[in-house]
Amino acid sequence: MNKTVNQKAWFLVLPVLILVGFSAVIPLMTVVNYSVQDTFGNNVFFWAGLDWFRDMLESERMWNALGRQLVFSGIILAIEVPLGIFVALNMPKKGFWASFCLVLMSLPLLIPWNVVGTIWQIFGRVDIGLLGYTLAKLGISYNYTQDFFAAWATVIVMDVWHWTSLVALLAYAGLQSIPDAYYQAAKIDQASRWKVFRFIELPKMAGVLMIAILLRFMDSFMIYTEPFVVTGGGPGNATTFLSIDLVKMALGQFDLGPAAAFSLMYFLVILLISWVFYTVMTNLDKREGR
Amino acid sequence: MTDATSAPDAASIPGDVTAARRRAKSRRRFRPSGSVVVMTLYLVFLMLPIYWLINMSLKTNTEILGAFSLWPRDLTFANYVKILTDPSWYMGYVNSIIYVTLNTVISIAVALPAAYAFSRYSFMGDKHLFFWLLTNRMAPPAVFALPFFQLYSSVGLFDTHIAVALAHTLFNVPLAVWILEGFMRGVPREIDETAYLDGYSFPKFFVKIFMPLVASGVGVAAFFCFMFSWVELLLSRTLTSVDAKPIAATMTRTVSASGLDWGVLAAAGVLTIVPGALVIWFVRNYIAKGFALGRV
Repeated sequence: MNKTVNQKAWFLVLPVLILVGFSAVIPLMTVVNYSVQDTFGNNVFFWAGLDWFRDMLESERMWNALGRQLVFSGIILAIEVPLGIFVALNMPKKGFWASFCLVLMSLPLLIPWNVVGTIWQIFGRVDIGLLGYTLAKLGISYNYTQDFFAAWATVIVMDVWHWTSLVALLAYAGLQSIPDAYYQAAKIDQASRWKVFRFIELPKMAGVLMIAILLRFMDSFMIYTEPFVVTGGGPGNATTFLSIDLVKMALGQFDLGPAAAFSLMYFLVILLISWVFYTVMTNLDKREGR
Repeated sequence: MTDATSAPDAASIPGDVTAARRRAKSRRRFRPSGSVVVMTLYLVFLMLPIYWLINMSLKTNTEILGAFSLWPRDLTFANYVKILTDPSWYMGYVNSIIYVTLNTVISIAVALPAAYAFSRYSFMGDKHLFFWLLTNRMAPPAVFALPFFQLYSSVGLFDTHIAVALAHTLFNVPLAVWILEGFMRGVPREIDETAYLDGYSFPKFFVKIFMPLVASGVGVAAFFCFMFSWVELLLSRTLTSVDAKPIAATMTRTVSASGLDWGVLAAAGVLTIVPGALVIWFVRNYIAKGFALGRV
């Protein structure tokens, strides 16, 4: 659809611009301000240049947090995307049961994030939680507050529980858009189930899957509340992801300069990924001819 | 074309047909049940932790810590009664609902005209603006926690509902604009033009004709604003201390305090799931669209 060129449309966008400007640009400028200054307290600041950025780039702590973050995002994508597609392929196509599945699957997506943490915190406890109790009865030593491996497993299973439905819902929406004629053609050609998936369903889902992968990557990249509630970043620093580390630095220790430099670099990464995301989405819109 | 190529070996057709029929029959017998097994397993996996929370919320503390049981032996609603009668608990819900509602109203109100502009007109910088909005949806709240705290403290809005509502517009306004734009694109532009020819002014057209057409989009956008504001904890906890403390923060602070009251904690958790569970039926067909920012 070609749109009319109309510069007055700016007036319609103005409220959004002012509001989001107030809640995004001003805080961001504060961060920039802190990132180039140092203080000895009493609100006396002096110019520090790019020292904080250099410090952060050399700091072991940030690289470790980034490493953990990337491993975490990688693992959950590797689990959630195939599992989500698999679930979507097995969902009922229409009728009451389709709605039933949709509603139950969406439920974890709508639970406040700290409650998700609380649910798994309780669920995994050896004394009162179903999961922890069962594992203990089976003779598996499991303690997510002490054991490195158990902490990671809990956080990952929790994220799979929380967000796989998102991938499944999007893949399902993609599947729904495939006309029946495609399947009939495949049947005439006696295509195998795998071939139907590989050459009909997967290409048709590619667009929405791309959205799902990018959304999952972004959201897992800034995960904070759930692991914080369950493990508090521990044991040690085992599950201290980027956001947890940042909040610890900014609000816990009040190290404004390093935290601000950290924030800005974090934000630049996000900006880069957002740009990829946007390009994918606009290409998708074009392909659909909207 | 296929007819012509398959005609020569017409003799083999009967065999193929029965084979296909047999295969179709076996598929009818096996494939649906396979799907049912997969879906049942997945849904059980999803529901078990939630069931466990509900189970615990209906037990007394002595039962939770004393004997391990799959269902409450000694059914009690005392945990819920405690939350619904103790102001320090139920005010958490009231606070959450106040700022979430404020946020939803503000977000939708400013997003409607903007989404209309993006869906109908092209203007200088529209693409960049649209992208910039997206970056705010993607911005990690952890980056904004400290500056928000200082910003709202300095203007005297710390620990008020409006501060949290405004902070949440950071990601909800972009979300609402994107979702609404997705819905508005589906409305043909001839409708706008006809309305102008009929002498409608822009505001009158927008409220009387256009809004009813995108009503489902507004509903979905409102639902998602509500949801994302409801599930967010980091910003709402940072920006409040007493008067506007959300239920989510009330819960975490109780966890860190001494003497965990598991039953009450579980009951509070169950109550936070209720609002989402109640309205989800109405938006079930748009859920995917909402999570994909209006692009499915």
